[in-house]
Amino acid sequence: MVKHLKSKLILLLAMMCFGTVTVFAQTGEVTGTVTDASDGTTLPGATIVVKGTVRGTVTDIDGNYGISVGPNTTLVFSFIGYEPQEIPVQPGSTVNIALQMQSTALEGFVVIGYGVQKKEDATGSVTAIDEKLFNKGAIVSPTQLISGKVAGVQVISGGGAPGEGATVRIRGGSSLSASNDPLYVIDGVPIDNDGISGMRNPLNTINPADIETFTVLKDASATAIYGSRASNGVIIITTKKGKKGAPMSFNYTGKFSLSTPGKKIDVLSADEFRSAVTERYPDYVGLLGDANTDWQDEIYQNAFGMDHNVSIAGDAQGLPYRLSIGFTDEDGILKTDNMKRTTVGVALSPTLFDDHLKINLNVNYVNIKNEFADRGAIGSAIQYDPTKPIKNDSIYNPLYLDDIDGNGEADNTVLMPPTDFGGYYAWVQNNGTDVPVEQGSSNPVALLNMRDDQSTVNRVLTNFQLDYKFHFLPELRANLNLGLDHSHSKGDVIVPDYAPWAYDALNGGGSYNSYTQTKDNELLDFYLNYVKYVDKIESRFDVMVGYSWQHFYRSNNSINGNYSRQFTIDSVAGRPGVYQKNFFGDPTRTHNIDTTIRPTESYLVSFFGRFNYTLKDRYLLTFTLRDDGTSRFSPETRWGLFPAAAFAWKLNDEPWMQNVDVLSQLKIRAGWGVTGQQNINQGDYPYLPRYTTSNVFARYQLGNMFYYTMRPEGYDANIKWEETTTINFGLDFGFAEDRVYGSIDVYQRKTKDLINYIPVPAGTNLSNFILTNIGDLENKGAEFAITARPLNSTKVFWEIGFNATYNENKITKLTATDDPDYPGVATGGISGGVGNTVQMHSVGHPANSYFVYEQVYGTDGLPIEGLYVDRNNDGEITDTDRYHYKKPAADFYFGINSSVAWKNWDFSFSGRANFGNYVYDNLNSENGVYERLYRPEGPYLGNITAAVTNTEFVTPQYLSDYYIQDASFFKMDAMTLSYLFPAIGGSNVDLRLSGTVNNAFTITNYDGIDPEISNGIDNRIYPRPRVYVLGVSLQF
Amino acid sequence: MIITSCVKDLDTIPLDKDVTTAATVFDDPEAYIQILAKLYAGHAVSGQEGPAGNGDISGIDEGFGQYLRAWWYHQELPTDEAVIGWNDQTIKDFHYQSWGASDVFVAAMYYRIFYQISACNEYIRETADDKLSDRGVTGDFLAQVKTYRNEARFLRALSYFHAMDLFANVPFVTEADAVGAFFPNQIQRADLFTYVESELKDIETLLIAPRTEYARADQATVWSLLAKVYLNAEVYTGTAKYGECATYCQKVIDAGYSLHPNYAYLFMADNNLNNPEQIFSVAFDGNATQTYGGTNFIIHAAIGGDKMIPSNYGVGGGWGGTRTTSALVDKFPDETGDIDGRAMFFTEDQNKEIVDIGVFTDGYAITKWKNVKSTGGAGASLDYPDTDFPYFRLADVYLMYAEAAVQGTADMGMAVNYVNMLRERAYGDASGNISAGDLDLNFILDERARELYWECTRRTDLVRHGKLTGGDYVWPWKGNVADGASTDSKFNIFPIPASDVGANPNLLQNNGY
Repeated sequence: MVKHLKSKLILLLAMMCFGTVTVFAQTGEVTGTVTDASDGTTLPGATIVVKGTVRGTVTDIDGNYGISVGPNTTLVFSFIGYEPQEIPVQPGSTVNIALQMQSTALEGFVVIGYGVQKKEDATGSVTAIDEKLFNKGAIVSPTQLISGKVAGVQVISGGGAPGEGATVRIRGGSSLSASNDPLYVIDGVPIDNDGISGMRNPLNTINPADIETFTVLKDASATAIYGSRASNGVIIITTKKGKKGAPMSFNYTGKFSLSTPGKKIDVLSADEFRSAVTERYPDYVGLLGDANTDWQDEIYQNAFGMDHNVSIAGDAQGLPYRLSIGFTDEDGILKTDNMKRTTVGVALSPTLFDDHLKINLNVNYVNIKNEFADRGAIGSAIQYDPTKPIKNDSIYNPLYLDDIDGNGEADNTVLMPPTDFGGYYAWVQNNGTDVPVEQGSSNPVALLNMRDDQSTVNRVLTNFQLDYKFHFLPELRANLNLGLDHSHSKGDVIVPDYAPWAYDALNGGGSYNSYTQTKDNELLDFYLNYVKYVDKIESRFDVMVGYSWQHFYRSNNSINGNYSRQFTIDSVAGRPGVYQKNFFGDPTRTHNIDTTIRPTESYLVSFFGRFNYTLKDRYLLTFTLRDDGTSRFSPETRWGLFPAAAFAWKLNDEPWMQNVDVLSQLKIRAGWGVTGQQNINQGDYPYLPRYTTSNVFARYQLGNMFYYTMRPEGYDANIKWEETTTINFGLDFGFAEDRVYGSIDVYQRKTKDLINYIPVPAGTNLSNFILTNIGDLENKGAEFAITARPLNSTKVFWEIGFNATYNENKITKLTATDDPDYPGVATGGISGGVGNTVQMHSVGHPANSYFVYEQVYGTDGLPIEGLYVDRNNDGEITDTDRYHYKKPAADFYFGINSSVAWKNWDFSFSGRANFGNYVYDNLNSENGVYERLYRPEGPYLGNITAAVTNTEFVTPQYLSDYYIQDASFFKMDAMTLSYLFPAIGGSNVDLRLSGTVNNAFTITNYDGIDPEISNGIDNRIYPRPRVYVLGVSLQF
Repeated sequence: MIITSCVKDLDTIPLDKDVTTAATVFDDPEAYIQILAKLYAGHAVSGQEGPAGNGDISGIDEGFGQYLRAWWYHQELPTDEAVIGWNDQTIKDFHYQSWGASDVFVAAMYYRIFYQISACNEYIRETADDKLSDRGVTGDFLAQVKTYRNEARFLRALSYFHAMDLFANVPFVTEADAVGAFFPNQIQRADLFTYVESELKDIETLLIAPRTEYARADQATVWSLLAKVYLNAEVYTGTAKYGECATYCQKVIDAGYSLHPNYAYLFMADNNLNNPEQIFSVAFDGNATQTYGGTNFIIHAAIGGDKMIPSNYGVGGGWGGTRTTSALVDKFPDETGDIDGRAMFFTEDQNKEIVDIGVFTDGYAITKWKNVKSTGGAGASLDYPDTDFPYFRLADVYLMYAEAAVQGTADMGMAVNYVNMLRERAYGDASGNISAGDLDLNFILDERARELYWECTRRTDLVRHGKLTGGDYVWPWKGNVADGASTDSKFNIFPIPASDVGANPNLLQNNGY
């Protein structure tokens, strides 16, 4: 229906252009019908032009045309969204033409795995988001473009650092130990989304400005074509390309941003701290200082950033091209954090042999230079004594013992020179030697300034795609896609020996860590696609079979050692003279150097096929099957077969629906499919019995020899695919010529044979936890998305979109036995103490449910320290009284976005809301207790959070449910106002100016600085800044 | 076409040079000792990367899950010898004697023990006669590998001894049980005793002679463990075997060990050198064998407050965790160590009585363990001590012999003599010597505390003497009461971790848990 509406519109336009063209009598007429090659339906409004002239016509409402031509004429048939065809004709002939859809995404089409599909013919749950709908503002990471835009898709940034990574979840996680990340497919290349060393977010390889569309495949009938990698959904990214026949266009966008730190953590001020110490630890008032330092003010800053993108696109004599260069330079609000990114994108898409061979070459290159701030400063700024100055006046004189003569033993008689710890204040031992307190928290400013942590990453993601339509059989297409994803990272982390926390009197101190990583992932995909419309039975057949081979290789190398000044002895009084830094290669220090080289690889080989059958353009059937083999499993278990089937019915195309004018589309969908999981996060050889040699620091002495030990590794010879079965029912609707349209989906996803890292029966394997297939998990939920255009005139345009998701997650099986007393697998490690956990994977509860004690409150409403409800009534509080209380994942997610255009003004916003998500306030459970004022390890003093007055707790009560709080929220992610200056100065240059506020405001009852925490444990999050962005865009 | 070859691509083997497949590992004969070294190292380090990284077991912080540290927690914290001030999970339950089946520290010990047993089983399987002959191992090297195999059997017996002592009835697996998914049967404590005893007796003559190679289990190591197992036989089986205990003590004593003249030296950074008293030790090294458990933990955790100077103990700083109760202090004639040199307490600004376990200055600190060399100066690293930990040393054997004598199965005169040798070293002269009339069970128990405190024997000793639980003997904070309180006898053994009861339907939880 949509297509027909559009066809009519185009017909009208074409009539205006060509209506007066007369037919030349001396020549003969060519007639025929233009149809859609994919389903045989006629195409009204298709354009037919005599090549080399402006003479032409358009097809009528039935797709018929007639045009008068001379001998040996070539006609060019074209229609929007389809590949043009040039056909030599003779007068008097009948020429029927079936136009092929263009493979690049266009409105009305969606990219699916190994092909494109008309959106209205999609049988699965597929959502496409194109550039117009992307989130605006200072966006470095691609997934932020669609945050809040797609029902069922959640994007949670890891924090406020420049280019920070994000956690993306589609319909909740289907795995426990294995990855819950969706599969990303960029220009047909499924990428490995494992981390890249020295890069905060591997997806930052793609410049958001180069992205044309995101397509999210959510249910298994859509994703199963990616088989073993698709259990958590698929996000397909296509980059922008040059358009055939398009004139050269130039585009520049520039963004200038100011990031401002938002809320600070409420800690005791210097004066409050003095009185608290005086009251609670009177013996230690001597440790107090005179300064008044707000450490959080000292580590955060207003940060500037800029982002420039230039692109040129066009068609250079039959070679459509797009070239782009992007440069981003962003400071973090945490001082010393910076990211510089340069991206280069090249896309060439020529066609050869009368359009029978289409070639796509995409090259995306990125160079990132990062400076990483020491994030320890965030926690330190909360905990560091506010009565201490940043810099210290007095010179410390720690006692250095060193091995000057290089005999492997300390020379106790030789003093190293005094160090001033870089001039920074540091806690020193109270024994006259000024040796820094080993466990003492570190001066936050010193942490930032004394650690040098830099990386450079180069990555090139390239693919070369050939699509050949057979000359003798144009319905048959062969597609070959070769992809290469290469990255190289190099980073150095240097802490000088005079940093108090890296002080080592004996062995020099300081630390130097140099790492490199190389990744090479290669892809070969080949498929054949045959499409045939059989008129007689009104049926369209679309068959695709393919083969895919992928190789993933990476090597992580590192060198770790000390980094200290080396001294030479001055003859006078043994005082040191000159020194030099960095003594790698110094034989007297080699015992402190550890070098590792860790290459590893895996392969995936797959065979796949898809069969689409369409009857009467109304009944749509899809079957897919994929057979995946992975090198990660044993030959007996490595092959997994993943089938899917789906059915859709376009009700509005039924003859009996034709009179319902208000309904512009109505389609029901039902899908079922099985997908797998092999992204196990536990190395590439979990099934293989193997031995690992120890490093230099884990050798063992027998007799007089130190041996590098060899350890037999735990393994599960029978490990196999985790399988998720999804059932999805959907409804797509549109009213009033799609002024209002949307969809509703309900789904159930059952994962069985969870790849789970769980305790095995003691004594049966070579470790206590093994990666094995045990357990079942279930997600079910519903999604609703709607878009409306309340105003749609030539002057005013208003669109509003809303989506809602409900998801429920439950673990249904965890162990081989069904022991009802089995508490589950502890997870959710917190800060404070060592090894404390507050979450538990348990049967019958959502994954990561909090597992805590129920707090008892006094009559004053304050929690009573250490008093919990005896839930099992056995008269004592033991760990059997812990209970499952809430979970980090939200029950409901909402996204809302709207844009209003009036004349040259444009205003848009997008926001998100979560309901039913709970957060464990680790920040206050750890720091909101009086005991933390005094630290026995020094002793030294530490600051605490002001929330201590809400509890008056003295010792930490980590497992109290008091700290689990409702963190439902609404966030305004972006608000943008822009103005277009068209054709400035009478030129063909359009200028757009915009102002955006990102992370504009948050509405929540949660007390912490930010309610959005992906694992639900709030501690020392890198604050997400509010960002003001000024944007300039030029186009001609 | 290329498809078949591409399918073959799926057959990968590790590229990392540090990783070898089991199929090829023994191509290099050196592997036999390297894997054996891992079985020993399992008591010293927590994984394949020192001080932490690539851990052997999961579900617990690597340092906490280190074998010796876990053993120390279990043997010392439930007793009068130690308290710990940290807020790590349920750690304080140890001192209160209120642990439960979900305790992660208990699970760490349990899984560490079974990690060792599994790894030993694998080694014993891989060094079976037929496998060795298949690989063409012959001659002297064959004899050597056979000795290695018997050392692995010893290490397995050692861990089964720990399992029997702590958990009583545990899953039972041997080299006959290949790696895989199955449910091991539970063995009863008395049956496990029989198994450990028979294993040890089987190998006692097959290991290297006493005092030939450092840190390797030799014949005297086997005898020492047999003596220890017999000493506690009544606890494990209901039948006392003090006579057998004395027999094996005698074998050790006859093997040529002698007391080191300086008690303090036994716990210093170079205690591996010139130490005639040491029978079998867990070896640590500041450069080569690093961990956050072991003696690193024992030394660092014992340093805190603002008066202890870490460099005096050969480390860069303290962790401010462990102290002792007044019950241990009071076992000595005075707390300065002037009379009995084994009283190594740090008392300046420390309160003898504990008001708050969380405050380091409550309770005397203990300075017995150090990373300082007998020749002066620190060990090789200020972070990772060199100090080795003796699982067995002659003094313990003397005291075991003495206890057997008091039980009427060994020579009382020799027993008094052995005890006095220890006391003369402690007092510097004969002023602390005792006579046969002084030597009774209570004296033995106290003398064991004075000689062997913080050496992982206290809990076993208190259980044997019926004093760990119940109200017969209380000490500060036993039962979570400042003055000490009676506790349930179920705490004489630890529960089987809930996770294993959940994973293995053949396991019956220990009584009371």
